[in-house]
Amino acid sequence: MSAANQLAALIANMFATGLLDDQFQQLQMLQDPSAPNFVSEVVTLFCHDGERIIGELAKLLDKPTVDFDRVDAFVHQLKGSSASVGALKVKNTCIQFREFCQQKSKDGCLKTLETVRINFYELRGKFQTMLQLERQVNGFPPNN
Amino acid sequence: MASRKGLGDEGSAPVPHVLAVDDSPVDRAVIAGILRSSRFRVTAVESGKRALELLGTEPNVSMIITDYWMPEMTGYELLKKVKESSRLKEIPVVIMSSENVPTRINRCLEEGAEDFLLKPVRPADVSRLCSRVLR
Repeated sequence: MSAANQLAALIANMFATGLLDDQFQQLQMLQDPSAPNFVSEVVTLFCHDGERIIGELAKLLDKPTVDFDRVDAFVHQLKGSSASVGALKVKNTCIQFREFCQQKSKDGCLKTLETVRINFYELRGKFQTMLQLERQVNGFPPNN
Repeated sequence: MASRKGLGDEGSAPVPHVLAVDDSPVDRAVIAGILRSSRFRVTAVESGKRALELLGTEPNVSMIITDYWMPEMTGYELLKKVKESSRLKEIPVVIMSSENVPTRINRCLEEGAEDFLLKPVRPADVSRLCSRVLR
């Protein structure tokens, strides 16, 4: 299968499995010759920022006394950036996470953090594959 | 701070300059991309404080679009400072938020916000807004 077909199939699968929603299509439509790398730039920012936030959440939830307001603030950030890139599954998990923050439930937060981590890294892996395939489609060798 | 030049042709009317304010690097990139696609010149900064610094040196900002929830200075506080300034008060300010809180929206509109957009912001929202505000 050509790289272009693989890329199309991958993105279709990401929509079909609920990883992405139509906000991602909105971003794709913003990519044009004047901004040829727009999607990859936004996706790369999301992956770095998401990893940072998950790290901060893990540190906060590892403390004997949890500052749920700070946890909630970080989850709010991740929910926001997920919504902006169309990361539907991560966004929905963040919504659940915030409910546990409101309840001040450390167990609930820890369990949901694990779900966020799984969903985020699943998405990040697919984004990385997507970017590699895009490079091949555009005639560049894959990054190693 | 990220700035993208407008795409106006030489000799044509100056391209509107929009100042985007958001502490999220992802949201800054998205809103800047949406504004750029509408052919605006965009400067994106990460805080209200940086926005005010820029407004002090950049005379020709046509519109400010700011996130509501930011650390240190919220978008509402930035709006108030802009509207309290005799030099800046005519600049339209639009607030963005991921939370649909009617009291928050009303408070911003009463303070002089031009509009309140719910995140995630879409190109159609910004296009409609800018056509109305910047015509």
